[in-house]
Amino acid sequence: MANLKQLSQQEEFFTPGHRMCAGCVAPVVVRQVSMAAGDTPVVIANATGCLEVASTIFPYTAWRAPWIHNAFENASATLSGVETAYRALKKQGKIDKKVKFIAFGGDGGTYDIGFQSLSGAMERGHDIVYICYDNGAYMNTGIQRSSATPQFADTTTSPAGSVIPGKIQWRKDLTAIMAAHNVPYVAQVAPSHFNDLITKVQKAIAVDGPAFINAMAPCPRGWRYDTREGIEMTRLAVETCYWPLYEVEDGQWKLTYKPREKKPLTEWIKKQGRFRHLFTDENKELLEQFQQRVDEEWEKLLRRCGEM
Amino acid sequence: MQEKIALTGNEAMALAMKQINPDVVAAYPITPATEIVQIFSDYVSNGLVKTEFVTVESEHSAMSATLGASASGVRAMTATSSQGLAFMWEVLYIAASYQLPIVMPVVNRALSGPINIHGDHSDTMGARDSGWLQIYSENTQEAYDNLIQAVRIAEHPDVLLPTMVMMDGFIISHAMENLEILSDQDVQKFVGEFKHHRPALLDLDNPITVGPLALYDYYMEFKRQQAEAMRTCKPVILQVAQEYAELTGRKYGLYEGYKLDDADLAIVVLSSTAGTAKVVVDELREQGVKAGLLKLRVFRPFPYEELAQALSGRKAIAVLDRADGFSAFGGALFNEIRSAMYDVKDRPLIVDYIFGLGGRDVNLDHIRKVYADLAEIAKTGQAAQLVSYLGVRE
Ligand SMILES: Cc1ncc(C[n+]2csc(CCOP(=O)(O)OP(=O)(O)O)c2C)c(N)n1
Repeated sequence: MANLKQLSQQEEFFTPGHRMCAGCVAPVVVRQVSMAAGDTPVVIANATGCLEVASTIFPYTAWRAPWIHNAFENASATLSGVETAYRALKKQGKIDKKVKFIAFGGDGGTYDIGFQSLSGAMERGHDIVYICYDNGAYMNTGIQRSSATPQFADTTTSPAGSVIPGKIQWRKDLTAIMAAHNVPYVAQVAPSHFNDLITKVQKAIAVDGPAFINAMAPCPRGWRYDTREGIEMTRLAVETCYWPLYEVEDGQWKLTYKPREKKPLTEWIKKQGRFRHLFTDENKELLEQFQQRVDEEWEKLLRRCGEM
Repeated sequence: MQEKIALTGNEAMALAMKQINPDVVAAYPITPATEIVQIFSDYVSNGLVKTEFVTVESEHSAMSATLGASASGVRAMTATSSQGLAFMWEVLYIAASYQLPIVMPVVNRALSGPINIHGDHSDTMGARDSGWLQIYSENTQEAYDNLIQAVRIAEHPDVLLPTMVMMDGFIISHAMENLEILSDQDVQKFVGEFKHHRPALLDLDNPITVGPLALYDYYMEFKRQQAEAMRTCKPVILQVAQEYAELTGRKYGLYEGYKLDDADLAIVVLSSTAGTAKVVVDELREQGVKAGLLKLRVFRPFPYEELAQALSGRKAIAVLDRADGFSAFGGALFNEIRSAMYDVKDRPLIVDYIFGLGGRDVNLDHIRKVYADLAEIAKTGQAAQLVSYLGVRE
């Protein structure tokens, strides 16, 4: 991989001038994906969500590459139609360039409402790289819980109240579910570890067939952190092993980053307003429960990756 | 050169699709349209079409993938019925808004619930305001002819709107009828090579953004353009019909009048029921009753001027709706026909009959009863009931 300086000199397909919030990490993910794609011609589909609404307010667009938005839950199906049209034209000799097809969707548009469409497209084997920018809630509609929302997070539909302490359920492990589709390439990434992210996106692009990448993309409004700390949020999520970095290449699970010393979960969550209610005396037990589950999930992953 | 063969409605639609030879088809099975995609996948498997076929996991994805393909700059089709169409509903509007010339056979079937697999028009009537052209077919021949014409209409630069072509579930889709078919070459020549008249997503050198967010400062202009495309496509439909008549000898208009010109009593109906009604019209004519029929072919755009003209001068009109409107004021066809007749001088009395829901049989006696009611209405100048139901236990 080229170094960041070289990468940042390339023309990117996502331009400044979009209207994402200060401190939002989704555009950072998109830019790193763009850097990874380099000169490869790409066609992009975007699910409804913050990234879509804030980047294409007519008559403006932040996208230099061909880009399509259809609806919330169907970026995968839409892009499978685009990719199929490309194959049809290629077969007929009407297009010769090698093109890559990239979908971006938030966690709501990917884990939840768009799950079927994603699963179908992956199973059919379209040459698509699906990138989920996982900010852990439906942010565009005002921070409602999704199946990606961490347990205990305070959201507008899982508010931390006197009886219910935020979201009750553990998050859906979508990356593992996508790996279970037996597609050639699946990975989990974080933009704080850009080297890892870019390498993985390049692998996903190089693959002939479907690939899925789950990218943590913190949201300052939903998580309630200082806008300067977006990248720090993903770094801590990785260092606490809440969001491990790994890949599943042709069925082989591999940890791509192992923190030298696993940080306590509280280092990550204490910086976020959505977990503030956990730091009270009566919720101490929940905090312990949370840490314990993170430890269990981490060990499960280590076993899967042959590290234990 | 035409050939006469016997086919079911589904076979005829599948054959027309093969002859159209689209670049991409994305489809999902549903009774009674399943056979269309089944037969078509046979064509794909045996290399009889150039089509890339996507076996999507739902109709929502079928319409989404078809939209993606069409926006990419290729000819794209799908087919469905009932729940499948309902499941596509969200994306139907988006396809129309993006002005993508997708063509889709729809085999009419009742919407759940209760779940039912037989023919009525509740599915496509539910989609009547989605921005798609809607063309209804009486029989297998019309289904075949309409589908081929639909490609030319939808793709015309003055139109660029998605188009659905209907036939009645089971009554037509599964009934074997004789029809005349064109050769593959003639259909290919008629529909022509696909040209995209708008910038296409796969034009990599000129990247475009398809489907941006348009708020109150632009949304309305998008909608106004879409409405204008719908408003101006009538001449295209007629022009395509004329060219098709030159090729096949079969003439199509926005509607078909059957012994309508001098009729006192007229029924307005869509699709296969027109065939039944024609038999009764002939019967009544022999008895000296001036009965006539208007079979609407193009429901979207709604040809209100032509209909008003064709129906003015009648004494009493019965609209037969094969879908209830649940507005407590009859079906959609009734409401729109009544509205079209508002400006007609000495406008006739117009009543509505909801019939044939969930495939309930409509026979000659039902139609005879409607004409008898109309005779009474014409005589007394009064309709006892504006909206009633045919052949139902009440
Ligand atoms: C069918 C449908 N249901 C609901 C919505 C409303 N909606 C728009 S964006 C959104 C949330 C998006 O959440 P996510 O996918 O996580 O992306 P984010 O906004 O967080 O970037 C919702 C619920 C919609 N547009 N379409």
